[in-house]
Amino acid sequence: MTFINYASREINCKIVYYGPGLGGKTTNLQYIYDSTAPQAKGKLISLATETDRTLFFDFMPLDFGTIRGFKTRFHLYTVPGQVYYDASRKLILKGVDGIVFVADSQEERMDANIESLCNLEENLKEQGYDLMKIPYVLQLNKRDLPNIVPVEEMKAELQRKGEPVFEAVASEGIGVFETLKAVAKQVLTELRKSG
Amino acid sequence: MIKTPIIISEQHYQKIKHLLARLCVESAARVVFLIDRDGQPIAFHGDIGNMDTTSFASLAAGNVAATSSMAKLIGEEAFPSVVHEGEQESIYICVIGRTLLVVVFDQRSTLGLVKLRSKRASHEIMAVLEEIARESQKSQEENSFFAEITDEEIDSLFS
Repeated sequence: MTFINYASREINCKIVYYGPGLGGKTTNLQYIYDSTAPQAKGKLISLATETDRTLFFDFMPLDFGTIRGFKTRFHLYTVPGQVYYDASRKLILKGVDGIVFVADSQEERMDANIESLCNLEENLKEQGYDLMKIPYVLQLNKRDLPNIVPVEEMKAELQRKGEPVFEAVASEGIGVFETLKAVAKQVLTELRKSG
Repeated sequence: MIKTPIIISEQHYQKIKHLLARLCVESAARVVFLIDRDGQPIAFHGDIGNMDTTSFASLAAGNVAATSSMAKLIGEEAFPSVVHEGEQESIYICVIGRTLLVVVFDQRSTLGLVKLRSKRASHEIMAVLEEIARESQKSQEENSFFAEITDEEIDSLFS
């Protein structure tokens, strides 16, 4: 749910990183956090287990700049990827304005990608959203690993609506900002349509 | 398909700030926040010290979302309020429509006083929120501010 505050002249939007466990959602956020100027970001909050698996969510606010005198601020969230944290994932999708699906390119994770994508579609539907209409970007992560599925094959399996697809190595920052910019741009374009 | 954005005018913001300021004094609280249920901070009044209010808002919303889901699992419709009591500082959160009123207080106040004063403030805040919802819908229909944003302006943010 976009939040426009005329008093503080701020536009606040919510972007959620979704995808299977250990796919690199938190790594995306961590990279963004590490490479952003201090004045443009807030703290990175991680609600993680003792073994650094996301338990509830990671969160960071990020300022993109000013548009017509309004500061555009994006609240970035990740969901826990593990299957049994579904209740938490549903909560984090509430009020979402845009989604990044972080797919794991390794062959053995293709089933997990497909399962997570179906789970996303179902959970969105429960919240009254439609994946086909919401700002959405697909990121193919871990492209540096040896046992990866070819891009065309992954697109054939995972691309839903001609959404932008980015190859990434989140741990090295490759494709991270391209992905974020693409979804943020879609969110603002959508806001304009609704305005 | 972004749902109707919430648009807060200067006038509504000041009304909310006024109500929060009064509640803060009347309940002898350290700080009082109004937060959207999705985690966006709306306004606050009081002593925030070095507190990161954006993170606080997001965590408070996550907290309420989690306890509300727990309520459903035990057959309760919702928990309209949540309390966290610490040794020095405590937090009282109550749900008002699609927002959360959060009162942070210490030994100078009591939970009973905070609850009592929050109840009255809730009704008044609810009235302002209803006005905001009505006007957000109206300005959505009338206001062309965002419709006038050009592709170049959006692109310039990302260059």
